[in-house]
Amino acid sequence: MEQSRETYINAVGREIPKQIGNYVVKPYTGAYTTVPSDAPVHTLRTAGKHISGDCKMVENLKDAIVKTGLKDGMTISFHHSFREGDEIIGQVLTAIRELGIKGLRFAPSAVVNIKNPSIVDFVKDGTIDRIEASGIRGELGDAVLDGLMEKPVILRTHGSRPRAIEAGELQIDVAFIGASAADEYGNATGQIGPNACGSLGYSFVDAMNAGKVVVITDYLVDYPCCPASISQQYVDYVVKVDRIGDPDKIGKGAARMTKNPRDLLIAERAADVMAASRMFKENFSFQTGAGAISIACTNYLSDRMEQRGVKASFALGGMTAAIVDMYKKGLVRVLECSQSFDAVAARAIAEEPGIVEIDNAVYSNPFTKGSMLDKLNFGVLGALEVDTDFNVNILTGSSGEMMGGLGGGPDVAAGSDISIVCLPVVRGRTPSITKKVFTCCTPGETVAAVVTEAGIALNPKHKYYAELKEDLENANLKLVSIEYLQQLAESLTGVPKPIETTDRVVCIVEYRDGTVIDVIKEIKK
Amino acid sequence: MEIKKPAVAGTLESSDCQIVIRPNGGEGIEIELESDVAVMFGDSIRETIQNTLEEFGVKDAYVEIRDKGALDCVIKARMECVICRGAEEKYDWTKEDAR
Amino acid sequence: MAEKTIHLKRTSLYASGASPVNMIQAIFYNEDMLIYDLEDSVPASEKDAARFLVYNMVKNHRPKDKYVCIRVNGIYSEYLEEDLQAAVRANPDCIRIPKVEYAREVQDISRRIAAIEEKIGLEVGKIELICNIESYMGVINAMEIAHSDPRVVAMAVSAEDLTASLKAQRTKKGLEVFYARNAVLMACRSAGIDALDIVFSDINDKEGLEEDTALAKNLGFDGKTCIHPRQIDTVNSFFTPSMKEIKYALRVLQAVEEGKKQHKGAVTLDGGMIDKPMELRALTTLAQAKAAGIRTEGMVI
Repeated sequence: MEQSRETYINAVGREIPKQIGNYVVKPYTGAYTTVPSDAPVHTLRTAGKHISGDCKMVENLKDAIVKTGLKDGMTISFHHSFREGDEIIGQVLTAIRELGIKGLRFAPSAVVNIKNPSIVDFVKDGTIDRIEASGIRGELGDAVLDGLMEKPVILRTHGSRPRAIEAGELQIDVAFIGASAADEYGNATGQIGPNACGSLGYSFVDAMNAGKVVVITDYLVDYPCCPASISQQYVDYVVKVDRIGDPDKIGKGAARMTKNPRDLLIAERAADVMAASRMFKENFSFQTGAGAISIACTNYLSDRMEQRGVKASFALGGMTAAIVDMYKKGLVRVLECSQSFDAVAARAIAEEPGIVEIDNAVYSNPFTKGSMLDKLNFGVLGALEVDTDFNVNILTGSSGEMMGGLGGGPDVAAGSDISIVCLPVVRGRTPSITKKVFTCCTPGETVAAVVTEAGIALNPKHKYYAELKEDLENANLKLVSIEYLQQLAESLTGVPKPIETTDRVVCIVEYRDGTVIDVIKEIKK
Repeated sequence: MEIKKPAVAGTLESSDCQIVIRPNGGEGIEIELESDVAVMFGDSIRETIQNTLEEFGVKDAYVEIRDKGALDCVIKARMECVICRGAEEKYDWTKEDAR
Repeated sequence: MAEKTIHLKRTSLYASGASPVNMIQAIFYNEDMLIYDLEDSVPASEKDAARFLVYNMVKNHRPKDKYVCIRVNGIYSEYLEEDLQAAVRANPDCIRIPKVEYAREVQDISRRIAAIEEKIGLEVGKIELICNIESYMGVINAMEIAHSDPRVVAMAVSAEDLTASLKAQRTKKGLEVFYARNAVLMACRSAGIDALDIVFSDINDKEGLEEDTALAKNLGFDGKTCIHPRQIDTVNSFFTPSMKEIKYALRVLQAVEEGKKQHKGAVTLDGGMIDKPMELRALTTLAQAKAAGIRTEGMVI
């Protein structure tokens, strides 16, 4: 694959080849600089009715795939609402391989984390030759860094995926939508059923724009399935399988709050930052997400809201039992769920009127008539690495290995008023605050604060810096410079040797607007 | 010091390292390193191990280290301990005064 | 009065010398005093390893904003000699001695420390001592221990071993160690040194911790030892002086300043003499206020 020698230096100082294979690079120019297009949205959905009769059931996956007309070189998609418990992707890819279809573009909605069967095998045997996701990890990640794929992997944020689909950059021929429950005519949901996964928000854009849509479930209900997260009018075929996934992993219990005192300290500090801000007032909104620090932070925030008698208008994004608790205590009016991180959150949607499933696009698409991020006051984010320009790395680890995923981090940072990145200054001997992140995923200009166990650093270039600084100083919170944190980390760990790479790009990291914010190169052996 | 018998120091807990030392039958110094942070700090870890062996005058030793992200001073401390255990000698703290 | 750095001792936290990760994380919490431990938290087989770890950690990554302490093994243990050799060379602010029962024990350790300080060229007498009182004998001898040596800057009551030595039952309310706490406190006051209260062991009982710390503060203690980082902020908050105490402290120091300007030998306030301990208490009050984020400059008194 040809890569041009000419390069751009983009607005975060990263050097990007002007063209990588067929991919023509639009370099990142700023978090808010790109003017959204107002062209009509692209879609491969057709108006015609494909089925005669009143049943779309197909005997098995192979037959359904044949009926969709899937051919070599086409694009297939999946959602990630079953998390590590997903068994749909494996079953579908296996069926595709058995049919001898090759050269497909694999475009799931988020991180690919399945181990058995391994995606690497499907790449090696030619079933898949392109991947577009939000992150790749484990065996596949290592293989990609090793140069497995001819064409670079394209990574997008949660918000950028629907944007790219509507812009025609990613056109999906066949969408395979796993559902916890569905009826014979295609109405489907994740809210009910023995393997309820909660919100199917990440699959809505696929259902509405793919050429063909196949719903796969292990729990067939009487017609009509209610609720119908995915409407029958978007669905071509329905297949019942024995298992959509591992019940323990799909319906896993609420994550227990971390006991690690360091993480608790960071979480409490992040809650203090929110509580000190002038935006912490009646009808404010927040997103805390999942992860050890996030859940603790949610609980501390809840305490402060109770102490000060402040209620939130909404919480956004991925939901946990901790946030559902806040809703039940009357502290939050509405929970807008793009995904559910545990069984409690999954089932709460069907049970509570104020807990609603939303389309991922409504949550995070920057190029649309308005995403809920536009209305978000506080966003709490994790990170692998932050540098002294406040750029955030959520993709690559200390040896350059792929271990994270873009997720909604860059979206939340850009959309929320005050984005708060929480992480420890060191993890073992790996410094988390550095001079330059290995991979830039979230540009510094969108990050308001970095909270660590050694103190809070505010970004002087952030739009709310002045007011945040004033508010935090009034609350006696310990403010330090980001340089201080970087030096502290380095004084503990020592100066690390840089990771060596070749020139070959294996992964393109896109920003929300489709521009290229960074690339990941093959690791030198 | 002379390593008289195999000895171990440290744990596999995060931010620690476990070091096993034993006499190397006259082959000199050999270091086997397994580390979470081999790419970033592998060279630095080997240097610390070599330096500590030199400071203690150890000329013959097989050192096996499994590192879980230990800071440099922890690696040094574990080395000092394992050398004394392997040499069956107590450390003479007055040696620190020369630094 | 000579310039003496005020080291707040509102909260003490132990970090086990056997655990690198604990020693590193302890740097970041808000405890006033960080104690690198060679004693109870380190098993016998690891005493040598802990010595190397603590020495290296204190030499290389000592937190600049905390009072740094090393707790050595017991006075009669086989480890003490080597502990002192390593600990003094690490140059901590203070060495904490467990299970002290007699003044002569403190004096002996103080002499041994002096010999090492001299050998390595440290200022003799600079390293301070804190005595842990953990037995009935220690309580009975609290007076002589408190006055035993100029290095002694505080005594701490340790309830666990104390209860065992009394053949008492340890309870949350702590009535069984109430006398001991007060006896040690009084001895500390007599010697003009700090008194540090017992640990509250139930980490999950925040209300219980608050009650116990309020009691400690009321009785007159200067601080409390914490058993877990979660307790630190709560305990610190109780040792935050009130506005009344801050204003009084400011008046004391103002009077001292006036006295210096006018070259007065004796300084009075409200009809009473201001002595060195009072001045020290005033400075400590202001340091506690500062640590709690209260700004005292320009306060109207």
